Amino acid sequence: MSDPTLFQYVLGLADDQLVLGHRLSQWTGRAPILEEELALGNIALDLIGQARGLYQYAGALEGAGRDEDALAYHRDARGYLNLTLVEQPNGDFAQTIARQLFYTAMALPFWQAMTASTDQRLAAVAAKAEKETAYHLRHATEWTARLGDGTDESHRRMQAAINQLWAFTGELFEMIAAEAGLAAAGIAPDRKTLRAAWDRTIDATLSDASLTRPDDSWMAEGGRDGLHGEDLGHMLAEMQSLQRMHPGLQW
Amino acid sequence: MSDRARLPLWEVFIRPRNGLAHRHVGSVHASDAEMALMAARDVYTRRGEGRSIWVAPASAIAASDPDEKAEMFDPADDKTYRQPTDYHVPEEVGDM
Amino acid sequence: MYAQGLINASGDPNAAETPEQLARFQARIDAEEKIEARDWMPAAYRKTLIRQISQHAHSEIIGMQPEGNWVTRAPSLRRKASLLAKVQDEGGHGLYLYAAAETLGISREEMQDQLLSGAAKYSSIFNYPTLTWADIGAIGWLVDGAAIMNQIPLCRCSYGPYARAMVRVCKEESFHQRQGYEIMTTLAQGAPEQKAMAQDALNRWWTPSVMMFGPPDTDSVHSDQSMTWKIKRFTNDALRQRFVDATVPQADYLGLTIPDPECKWNDVTQHYDIGPLDWDDFWKVVKGGGPMNRQRIAARQKADDDGAWVREAALAYAAKRSTQQEAAE
Repeated sequence: MSDPTLFQYVLGLADDQLVLGHRLSQWTGRAPILEEELALGNIALDLIGQARGLYQYAGALEGAGRDEDALAYHRDARGYLNLTLVEQPNGDFAQTIARQLFYTAMALPFWQAMTASTDQRLAAVAAKAEKETAYHLRHATEWTARLGDGTDESHRRMQAAINQLWAFTGELFEMIAAEAGLAAAGIAPDRKTLRAAWDRTIDATLSDASLTRPDDSWMAEGGRDGLHGEDLGHMLAEMQSLQRMHPGLQW
Repeated sequence: MSDRARLPLWEVFIRPRNGLAHRHVGSVHASDAEMALMAARDVYTRRGEGRSIWVAPASAIAASDPDEKAEMFDPADDKTYRQPTDYHVPEEVGDM
Repeated sequence: MYAQGLINASGDPNAAETPEQLARFQARIDAEEKIEARDWMPAAYRKTLIRQISQHAHSEIIGMQPEGNWVTRAPSLRRKASLLAKVQDEGGHGLYLYAAAETLGISREEMQDQLLSGAAKYSSIFNYPTLTWADIGAIGWLVDGAAIMNQIPLCRCSYGPYARAMVRVCKEESFHQRQGYEIMTTLAQGAPEQKAMAQDALNRWWTPSVMMFGPPDTDSVHSDQSMTWKIKRFTNDALRQRFVDATVPQADYLGLTIPDPECKWNDVTQHYDIGPLDWDDFWKVVKGGGPMNRQRIAARQKADDDGAWVREAALAYAAKRSTQQEAAE
């Protein structure tokens, strides 16, 4: 089986989950509350699990014998196809929560739509991811409310995080050319249709948290073409260091 | 450092599966009930241990005093007439 | 029910303990009755438990750091997930143990302050750095292996909340040692540089692991009283011997060498002998002279400081919402 269009698409989805899962795993030992160590770890593990399922499928679609680790550990930043939102550094807890909110508010309707995919493998990944993501969204909205409507300092930090990451939200709804074809074939959700649900979630969450929705201005793009910011290369260099230092070994 | 913000303590009760009662499994610290529920889920059900969670502020639980254990519980010890084994049923009658 | 100012359920915490009270308490212990949070207990029993449980909790929390050091560099996605889950479990175990100690009338915040100020100790093994991926294997195999030996008897500890926390901890930890040994097996059967990495990790972690059981019985300050109270069930040396006997054949299977020329089977005792341990070095590390002591506490302090505004926000939000709710009622 070899399907380059679908392969690229699934690889991009896998990269989204892995990069975000990896970012969350960087919180290990650093969370603001002990209980939150476990919460962030659970979300990271869900995402890494989703990434593994998607990489395995991508490897099968490519048909070149690359397994999940070959795909995750032997591509550099130019080869990574994730959305630029998920690669943004953790920053303070408010920035991590804002990133979670923006991403999961899209991911939940995305996986819900994907459960109806004509592609059985993707529908199966979506069925699991949908439930996990619903909880991730709850986690993000609850924290957004507490930080937005907590103390003056937390409000200021949360609003700053929302403003700073807003520029990475446009890409959540961009359709690359191949994706439009997959959507027409009933394999992939049409990202344009996710926008309304995302707007509703974001507006309700921000308003509940006494936060202001920023105006749209410049929006980042290019993640799906491997055009990223400078942070991703460092993240991957660290993540891939052992595989790169000792190529071809089993671990 | 003693002025650090203290998150209240909540007691966590989990129903392992439907048909069983909720059982005390431990505690979490959280600012409010919603956070306590989420913390309980993240801390105590990572291996599929739960189907339902209750949380209650530890301060809201009234407990019996161990010093009053004798007056509270000992009087129930010798009421053997509450036990089925206290009664004789002729063998010919069979199980009852 | 827990930790609600119940220093002594029957009143004054400084009230003298009568010989009758002490004898009654010891009789309950001897009858294998569990002591529960609100039961009368000697002040020294409470103090010993607070010290031991909080040290145990701190060890879990500080122990997240050396392994957390490799979460972002785990060499495969499967290893990444299992390491993250393991480190996360350690956070959970710290949490269960803090909660068990809280039943004795000390708050988590007080315990954390004691850790940060250096007043409370934690297992000295975590003051060594993790230098290579094989260290993750060695920690799982040796450090978790030693911890399990220590912890299984604690599931029968006389103090109920501690024993219950340990039952949960032991159940969850059952994958930790296997995870470490699987990493060691893969390395030992892998390329020469991987095998060398595994041997190097064993060389560095062996002695600190054997020392995890604490000083020899002849020098152990708290041992006798803890045994009488059934907080402890076996002596340091007995547990250490059990660990050595279990671990040496596992090293043989890996084709790795225990870094102790005197480590060999003794036909008379039917146990493995080991060479003398440098306890001066052990105490030096316990007292702050290890390679990573400062970094471990500094990292904990930083997480605590960085999280302060989040905790304050959560409390402020809860206060606002409960006021609004009251106003609405």
